[in-house]
Amino acid sequence: MDIIITENLTKTFDGFTAVDHVKFSVKEGEIFGFLGPNGAGKTTTIKMLTTLLYPTEGSASIAGFDILKQRAMVRENIGVVFQEPALDTELTGRENLDFHARMYGLPQDKRKKRISEVLTLVDLLDKKDVLVKNYSGGMKRRLEIARGLMHSPRVLFLDEPTLGLDAQTRRAIWEYIKQLNKDENTTIFLTTHYMDEADFLCNHIGIIDHGKILVMDTVNTLKKSVGNDVITLSCSNNDTLQKRLENETWISNITPHGTFITLGAERGEEKIPVIFDIARSINVSISSVDVRKPTLDDVFLHYTGHRIREQTTEASGGRVRMPPAFQRRRRP
Amino acid sequence: MNQKDFQAIYMLWLRQMKRFLRSKSRVVTTIVQPLFFLFILGFGFNLAVFPGLQGSYINFLAPGIIAMAILFSSMFTGVSVLWDKQSGFLQEVLVAPVSRLSIVIGRTIGGATIALFQGLIIMVIAIALGVPIAGFQGLVLTIIIMILLSFTAVGFGLIIASKMRDFEGFQSIISLILMPLLFLSSMFYPVNESLPGWLQILSFCNPLFYMIDGIRGSFTGVNYVFDPLVNLGIILVLCIVIMGLGTYFFNKSEA
Repeated sequence: MDIIITENLTKTFDGFTAVDHVKFSVKEGEIFGFLGPNGAGKTTTIKMLTTLLYPTEGSASIAGFDILKQRAMVRENIGVVFQEPALDTELTGRENLDFHARMYGLPQDKRKKRISEVLTLVDLLDKKDVLVKNYSGGMKRRLEIARGLMHSPRVLFLDEPTLGLDAQTRRAIWEYIKQLNKDENTTIFLTTHYMDEADFLCNHIGIIDHGKILVMDTVNTLKKSVGNDVITLSCSNNDTLQKRLENETWISNITPHGTFITLGAERGEEKIPVIFDIARSINVSISSVDVRKPTLDDVFLHYTGHRIREQTTEASGGRVRMPPAFQRRRRP
Repeated sequence: MNQKDFQAIYMLWLRQMKRFLRSKSRVVTTIVQPLFFLFILGFGFNLAVFPGLQGSYINFLAPGIIAMAILFSSMFTGVSVLWDKQSGFLQEVLVAPVSRLSIVIGRTIGGATIALFQGLIIMVIAIALGVPIAGFQGLVLTIIIMILLSFTAVGFGLIIASKMRDFEGFQSIISLILMPLLFLSSMFYPVNESLPGWLQILSFCNPLFYMIDGIRGSFTGVNYVFDPLVNLGIILVLCIVIMGLGTYFFNKSEA
């Protein structure tokens, strides 16, 4: 059963289209990831799905309820962890959770139990009576995630759940998201610009850029679509080499990216000498070469034509998988 | 409205109480500022002669000060939605499965409780300063008007908050809207035939006039223009209209 269905969902702000006729569906019980750079329209989509923004056009349904006509029922069935902090800093951590629990109608005994459960999970139990204004950024984030989990919703929206967290906490949160998805069969809709996060967590991902969904499939299918191995080349004359290589049948998806070319191939390591021979035959010298299994990075590059825009946030570990020679030549 | 909505109203009320009591500076300012008015203006103008004024000036001024304290405090509650908007907390409230109406009610009752508390403190101080009370019934009527005034002001604050993006414009709203309303409210001087005609008309167009006149009539029993019950009727209508508009604008605003 599809628990989230959108139909041409569109949001325009003063002539600028943030989300452009987006159409997708998410099956019940899966972890679905929206992958895209900042400003791609991820948060706007979440805000429309969680009834915080009215769509300019189109509509969507969550758990069978229309986001325009049955707003109260939609809210009943969802939980949200916002990207930007949404805590009352004048209250303590425990009070914030208690506020949330009561707003969602949790009975008293369950409230107490759940509060200590989620606080233990995010390792804030000993800070529960400290005012949130005295929390660090990471602690606030953890408290928010704890709050999103409080009422065990059917669909949990996570907008950049691990933005600004250290590697250790990210891992813990990932594990918990997986566990929550398995144990309580909570459908999870998350947005991220971290490739490793999407890779680790999601069954299905949709790549979104400039308000449009470019492709949507399982992580494995997407990786395969790029090729079994990805070869990255940089040479004295990219255009000439590319034209020559396009004739080779064993190459799939040859794409220029300014200073470098990527191509997909079976058993890439055996193809490198072949490529060198071809290059020499047309007087092109190769300055750098790299072969590896495709990552979501390659998938993203393949479908959007650019890398995910540079982020200045921490905890990007494992995202960058390009050889050093290529990193410097990344397109803006 | 179901049980969950009442739970939400209680929670929003409780949140306001906690925030108010934890913000010591706010507790102090909101009580001290009206007292400055009461003492300095009250004693400063004590010997001044106003046509039609019965009794001492401080007796005349005290009901206005009570109303002013409630007005400022409640309007602040309404406008503080902006704070929640900027801090992101409003999203947390709006995405919860409770009706928008209960969110407005929770905030209003919370704001009214704080405002009433402040109004009552000023009232006690005024009585201690020798302002005469009209009687028990008058006191009950005064408190009813105080509550309605507070609801109206929260609603007014909600309307302003829905039209503002940040606090930049807040200062100009105080000087362009609130100050003229206060000056025309008969708070500082009696409104009667001795005033120029246009000033009288402006006063009668001012919603705050009826609130202060009503409090004065019910609380002290002198110097009022309309019967307190007439004032009450006008205030009730005003309150319903403004609260309705406030709820409407709050509903329409997107987080």
